[in-house]
Amino acid sequence: MDKSPLLEADRLNVSFHTPRGVVHAVRDVSFKMGREKLAIVGESGSGKTQAGRAILGLSDGRVSAKRLAFHGETLLGLDARAWRAIRGRRIAMVMQDPRYSLNPVMPVGEQLLEADRDRGSAKTARARALDMLASVRIRDPERVFRAWPHEMSGGMGQRVMIAMMLMAEPELLIADEPTSALDVTVRLQVLAILDNLVRTRDMGLIFISHDLNLVRTFCDRVLVMYAGQVLETLPAAELAAARHPYTQGLLACPPEIDHRRERLTVLRRDPQWLEPVAP
Amino acid sequence: MSDAIIEVENLTIGFGEGKNRIAAVKGVDFTVTEGENFGLVGESGCGKSTILRALAGLNEDWSGRIRLCGRDMDKKRPRALRRLAQMVFQDPFGSLHPKHTVDRILSEPLEIHGMDDVEGRVRLALDQVQLEPVHRFRYPHQMSGGQRQRVAIARALILQPKVILLDEPTSALDVSIQAEVLNLLQDLGQQMGLTYVLVSHDLGVVAHMCRRLAIMRQGEIVETAMAEELERGKLVHPYSRQLLVASRGYDRNAIDAFLDH
Amino acid sequence: MPPSWRRWLLSDAPTSRRQARAARAYLGWIAFSRNPLAMLGLVIFLALLASALFAPALAPLDPVSGDLANRLLAPGGEYWLGTDQQGRDIWSRIIYGSRTTLLIVFMVAVTAAPIGIVIGASAGYLGGWVETVLMRLTDAFLAFPKLVLALAFAAALGSGIENAILAIALTAWPPYARIARAETLAVRGTDYVAAAKLNGASDLRIVLGHIMPMCLPSLIVRVSLDMAGVILIAAGLGFLGLGVAPPQPEWGSMVSEGRSQILEQWWVCTYPGVAIFLVSLGFNLIGDGLRDVLDPREGRDG
Repeated sequence: MDKSPLLEADRLNVSFHTPRGVVHAVRDVSFKMGREKLAIVGESGSGKTQAGRAILGLSDGRVSAKRLAFHGETLLGLDARAWRAIRGRRIAMVMQDPRYSLNPVMPVGEQLLEADRDRGSAKTARARALDMLASVRIRDPERVFRAWPHEMSGGMGQRVMIAMMLMAEPELLIADEPTSALDVTVRLQVLAILDNLVRTRDMGLIFISHDLNLVRTFCDRVLVMYAGQVLETLPAAELAAARHPYTQGLLACPPEIDHRRERLTVLRRDPQWLEPVAP
Repeated sequence: MSDAIIEVENLTIGFGEGKNRIAAVKGVDFTVTEGENFGLVGESGCGKSTILRALAGLNEDWSGRIRLCGRDMDKKRPRALRRLAQMVFQDPFGSLHPKHTVDRILSEPLEIHGMDDVEGRVRLALDQVQLEPVHRFRYPHQMSGGQRQRVAIARALILQPKVILLDEPTSALDVSIQAEVLNLLQDLGQQMGLTYVLVSHDLGVVAHMCRRLAIMRQGEIVETAMAEELERGKLVHPYSRQLLVASRGYDRNAIDAFLDH
Repeated sequence: MPPSWRRWLLSDAPTSRRQARAARAYLGWIAFSRNPLAMLGLVIFLALLASALFAPALAPLDPVSGDLANRLLAPGGEYWLGTDQQGRDIWSRIIYGSRTTLLIVFMVAVTAAPIGIVIGASAGYLGGWVETVLMRLTDAFLAFPKLVLALAFAAALGSGIENAILAIALTAWPPYARIARAETLAVRGTDYVAAAKLNGASDLRIVLGHIMPMCLPSLIVRVSLDMAGVILIAAGLGFLGLGVAPPQPEWGSMVSEGRSQILEQWWVCTYPGVAIFLVSLGFNLIGDGLRDVLDPREGRDG
């Protein structure tokens, strides 16, 4: 195996030019990851989604970085053809709401096959698609293969999305709030599927989420983002001992079932959390 | 019971006509006493929001009995009785008219009911939800999600209702904003003697806000529990227990035991 | 604009509903004025307005009675755009004709659009048999080509500008009703309408205060895009002698009068045709610009 990390970002920046001036959505974000479950957490507007999109070259803003490399090969300035060879094949992405990600006028099976177009015969491709559906714990793959997207529940749709992403056996999966539209029990089942895949297929996972509590129990390592910057990076197991007041604040906010409090803790934001950014 | 403020008996609510009719709520009974906050918990499609909309008078296609403040509610609710129960919706952007200023959103209910001192009441309502006077003439798109939800709460309070129906009031908000909004709701409930019915999929939020809760599944209440029982994990029904386990975070071993439905 | 006005308009803490509304309009205007084509459309519209208002000052000669000795003179000299077969100055007739055009456009807009929005919004909000009756009526009107229907109405009502306006308005409202109904259906189930019901708002209040404001943007866009068509139908009616009674100048009938000499005395029908073209283009450009501002769903960077 090669020594270079699966993904390496050094000073990743994303900015948007709006009529009111330049907005820095992501500022100097740096991290390295291997075949692990890396979480990027933060509140809405923290830049976590923009960071994820920038890695896949899907950002609408202006992306710059000192280095952004996948297996040691740069992802900066790739042309459309080079991206096609990577996107959906070596790096795949799962979005928040499966209803908007699946094509509504195409049966599920055809969409799965499309994700796998140039690998082997139609028969083996179909068998593989059914395998994938089974691997995301769909009980009746034949039926789901023929189903239309509108016939599926949210949890089922998200499993299909994941199956679709896996057809190409990507080395890295970027999941942007993949479970926040799902019910709690279904959510955990979908997470268990992702967990299995990381273990058995040796895949890397970037898990973008706002839910620190979930991330603490699910991921290996956590990147905490605030206003476009990474405030701290730490192992998920040590999240409770986080040093940064923002991380502590976020952990303290949600009500707990087992430990009732009279009042919830409110997060106090401090402008000094942000490092000045070099122009 | 004399201090019951909401009495629901054998409430059945369906959607669609004839053969395609689907029962969303199947013969539900519950009672809420005045000042007691009551939670309805369950996963999507379990009928919890449907019950809330029927209580509010937004859904007229129900059978059974609904009593609010000791009065039987008809399917068509007259204007005067609409004041008894007001609602706060899940999505704070979708529940505020995009072309109305905060001022108009808050003063319109007062004009409809011919109440006096519109100016003073609007100012008071903004103050109660901790919004500044500068927010009064803003449009919803000029405010953050938390501020918008405060406006929605102010609108629900301005007619001085007895009951506030909260439909996932914080699920569209960040946790830090959720904490602020839940604290605000608690304070207002105590100050104004309100009764809340809170619908949520989040057991933590319900446990924090409510004294008593009902766990729903597929249109039926499977279990009613006190918040202390939930805190001590003393739930009886297997589905409630599964929901409780799932709410505690990711746990490999527990998930394999989940029942699909 | 004085800086203090600008500050008042762009304040993020308006102190009255009036200021909030003005600020919203000003931001819309800023977006509109960044679109050069829309501004060109606005200039054309303002020119039409000016020519209608100041026709007596702008027209050098009498538009109605001509000098038969000077029939069919080529452009140049005293007659900038030449004369027609009755020796009338074409420039002056175009200037006065803009009054007719503006009157038709304005009257059609203020009659057809409100009819359409009331029918469409009531049908969409009330549903049931009201919707069935109103929308079938709309479909019946839509089933005929606009020009044919307008011709039939104009023929039945007789010639004259009032009847032409009525005929055009009767054919123009159905698409507006359809748009208003579609927007209403999208708005009807929203939480803010539910909240208005909870507040005790009557159906009338909900339709007028909550639903119609949401229908207006797409309707305004559609009306301004339609104005080009209205001008062309008016010109068509004039061309067929069903519009304005002669000798009052009207662009369509001017084209019609010149068609027998189109090759020899091309200017007689060309210049009124150019006027029709320019004004139609102007309304189209304004409509496109308004769509980008009011209805950003179809815009490029909404």
